Amino acid sequence: MKLLDGLRFRVAALLRRSQFNAEMEEELRSHIQHRADDLERSGLDRAQAERRARIEFGGREKYKEECHEALGNHLIETLLQDLRFSLRTLRKSPGFTIAAVLTLALAIGANAVVFAVLNALILNPRNVPQAKSLFGIEHGNDKSAWESYPDYLDLRDRNRSFDNLAAFTLAQAGLDSGKDPSSVWTYETSGNYFDALGIQPYLGRFFHGSDEHGPNSAPYIVLSYAYWHSHFQDDLGVAGHVVKLNKHPFTILGVAPPEFQGTLLFFSPDLWAPMVNQEQVDGLNVLDLRAHRGILMVLGHLKAGVAPAQAVADLNSIGADLERSYPKDDDKMSFILTRPGLLGDFLGRPAKAFLTGLMFLAGLILLAACANLGSLFAARAADRSREVALRLALGSSRKRILRQVFTEAVLISLAGGAAGLLGSVVLLREFSAWRPVPQFSCIHVPVNPDANVYLVALLLSLASGFLFGVVPVRQILRTHPYEVVKSGSAGRVRRQITLRDLLLVVQIAICAMLVTFSLVAVRGLLRSLHGNFGFEPRNTMLVNTVLSMAGYSGDRVPILQRRMIEAVEAISGVQSVGLINYPPLSTAVEPANVFTDQTTDLSPSNVAASSLLYTISPDYFRAAGTLLLQGRALSWQDDQTSTRVAVINRQFARKIFGSVPNAIGRCYKMGNGARIQVVGIVEDGKYLSLTEESQPAMFLPFLQTPSSWTTLVVRSQRDPQQLAAAIRSTLRDLDAGLPFDIKTWTEEMGGTLFAPHMATVSLGVLGLLGAMLAITGISGMAAYAVSRRLRELGIRIALGAQRREVLQAALGRPLKLLAFGSAVGLFLGILASRVLAFIVYQATPRDPLVLAGVVLAMLLLGLVATWIPAQRALSVDPLVLLREE
Amino acid sequence: MTDQAQLLPGTLDLLILRAVSLGPLHGYGILLRIGQISGNALLIEQGALYPGLFRLVRQGLLKASWGTSENNRKAKFYELTAAGRKRLQEETDSWNRLAGAIACALAPQPEEA
Repeated sequence: MKLLDGLRFRVAALLRRSQFNAEMEEELRSHIQHRADDLERSGLDRAQAERRARIEFGGREKYKEECHEALGNHLIETLLQDLRFSLRTLRKSPGFTIAAVLTLALAIGANAVVFAVLNALILNPRNVPQAKSLFGIEHGNDKSAWESYPDYLDLRDRNRSFDNLAAFTLAQAGLDSGKDPSSVWTYETSGNYFDALGIQPYLGRFFHGSDEHGPNSAPYIVLSYAYWHSHFQDDLGVAGHVVKLNKHPFTILGVAPPEFQGTLLFFSPDLWAPMVNQEQVDGLNVLDLRAHRGILMVLGHLKAGVAPAQAVADLNSIGADLERSYPKDDDKMSFILTRPGLLGDFLGRPAKAFLTGLMFLAGLILLAACANLGSLFAARAADRSREVALRLALGSSRKRILRQVFTEAVLISLAGGAAGLLGSVVLLREFSAWRPVPQFSCIHVPVNPDANVYLVALLLSLASGFLFGVVPVRQILRTHPYEVVKSGSAGRVRRQITLRDLLLVVQIAICAMLVTFSLVAVRGLLRSLHGNFGFEPRNTMLVNTVLSMAGYSGDRVPILQRRMIEAVEAISGVQSVGLINYPPLSTAVEPANVFTDQTTDLSPSNVAASSLLYTISPDYFRAAGTLLLQGRALSWQDDQTSTRVAVINRQFARKIFGSVPNAIGRCYKMGNGARIQVVGIVEDGKYLSLTEESQPAMFLPFLQTPSSWTTLVVRSQRDPQQLAAAIRSTLRDLDAGLPFDIKTWTEEMGGTLFAPHMATVSLGVLGLLGAMLAITGISGMAAYAVSRRLRELGIRIALGAQRREVLQAALGRPLKLLAFGSAVGLFLGILASRVLAFIVYQATPRDPLVLAGVVLAMLLLGLVATWIPAQRALSVDPLVLLREE
Repeated sequence: MTDQAQLLPGTLDLLILRAVSLGPLHGYGILLRIGQISGNALLIEQGALYPGLFRLVRQGLLKASWGTSENNRKAKFYELTAAGRKRLQEETDSWNRLAGAIACALAPQPEEA
């Protein structure tokens, strides 16, 4: 309150200022008149008396200033004065101002962008109402959120901590609204999904828990706003329409509001459908299988007043009970709560680690920028020492001069911050609209800067303003007016290590580190593009379809699949055609439990390994380019009538059978008791991500384990577009109602490479920023060094110094600092690069190419940055200089 | 700031309060009064009076009003407020204590004789 009053008093005083000034003026004039009256009485004439009175009065302006201060209303006023003065000085050196503002704009912009992403994905996701109390349930042991439907029902009905528990999983389905059948991404959800989240329909109504009456009892869908907009042209009467989903009639109930794009932050579905209709939407029904964890995530709002720890205890007691009741199916049922937006720890942890790292690097950039500006400011202060001395001599206080320097610094930092923020908002808007993976139109990252972002940008600007404003303080405090005026501006050439040198080294070290990071990342990406995945994506096309979308089920599935393979093989130019249910590195496959042949009790605790399971056609390995190491590939004779066989990878052989050579011919068991014989071994590959360690995988014949999910791998040297057209017409001839999409395998991998791509781009941008800062820093320092020593250089040249000697005298020091800083930065970069290995495939700084690249880059930067100052040093004309003196 | 500058304002404030305690005065009048009651022993730069006056007004020790002077000129007159009178009393007491103690300390001691 007191503060507010004080402020009001000051503002009022400011407003009354002109009146107040007039009064003060009048009072002082009255004083002088009275004095003059007295002097006149003692015999002087009036003019002389007044003159004398004025002299006796002393420095009138100074006393007026002191009167203002005595009244306490000088603060805002001097601030305005400082502002005006700062603006004027900045306008006088536009080069310096622009360089400083741009430097800061880049640094603060980078920070704002990274923070906005961090804020939108991790700190403060706002995709659902009351996101603060919304939690996903995750298994504590393996940090996975997958849950089976029966377990979900138990958790939902028996917990006392959540308002309601909803469940969802992702599925792809074929939607036919009477026109061209197209494939859509759906969330299959529990009936209570919208109610549990508290979402209100934009149009029509949502489905509810009360609509569920057993399998396939709720043939309803809810459209997303975007899909309704693009495919139903904003038709307000859409509710009630019946469309065909995988050939089954479904009624459109309504449209979700535009701001609700699903419970995952990066995956917005085209429509929502009830999970009880899974058989129709997904082509399979696992609703009764307690061991089959087919639900992507269970989530809900905590009841008011229930702490997360209480909820976990509640869930764990239910889990323990389930383990006791269903020992065959349920194991390790302990839970933790996570944020649902990034699928809990699955994406949340790497995203958090990466973004935190990035935030740290962006902070370093800002620090480097501050060091840069700090040395610029120090250099400026040195150049302005005459002005400072003059002001001190004229009676200005050091405090006042310092305040003015800070005003200048903060002014620059605020301008830089504003420019940076503006740039980042534009950039983020682009980023939000970006669809990184063309075939998954549902994947995007919405980032909308909010108040937090603006606040952080403001704080960063102010903090950096003070940080670099503080650099020249000591210099100004030490200024001795008499000394400076006497010795002139040339000053002494000091040899000891100055604060400026230190700042430059810090700045260059940071920049070299960033350059190291970006080179490591780029190199890692290049390698990941040309690495060995256990298959050869070049010259292959993928044809994706799900046969259940066209109404196929049971025995009709493998029959059609075989006809598809034969039909595509017949296309001219096609070398081989393979079939796999999910191609590696594109869709997540669920791992299956594997038991040794000797195991009789197939309960979860006896699992020997968990292995990825693929179903393939005999020719798959040839089409995919996967190396068969031992034994034989699968054949058309491996069907329902023959023994169950599998080809396994090396890692599987090592894990289950101890070693690779003796695995052939041996058997293992699946969770359902099926005994499978190993007939071949293939090389290890990358299955889920590029950065994963080798993991076990088994390949089963699709005739023995049918799957409606179908990907044809077509190897051919033909032009992809022509080939795609040929494949399309061939498949249309087989079944005109089958939705499918065709693309090259390299395109398909775009999704997998998204994370390393993003990492590389962001690290590359930061490296570029670092390089730019290094250039401005070194060139500023070098230019300053040259300008300070122009006279010395002129004398050297006059005395016959060679070009090399002149250059060495002028630029030796900046270059030495550059070399030292680069070495420090490179060393730090190597140390910290381990962190990068988490996200960038094969990121290793101990790579001669990277090391050489960093050294070369820093050399080039040094060359570019010192070019202009060097030219200036060389062109010194001693005659001109001496004449100027 | 030097020691001198710090000492001066406090002393000046006390002198102003004392001068005004004898009756309302304008700025120049205060200066004359100080000269008169101190036997012209103190040299005060004329302008330095005003920041002191403004400070005392702000602290509520003086109040000011415009009036006409004996020279028939417009002038701002200052007079003591109740708080000003109380402060003058306190400051005078503490000044006397200080001056007495210092005078006592500086006086020739018996062992010096």
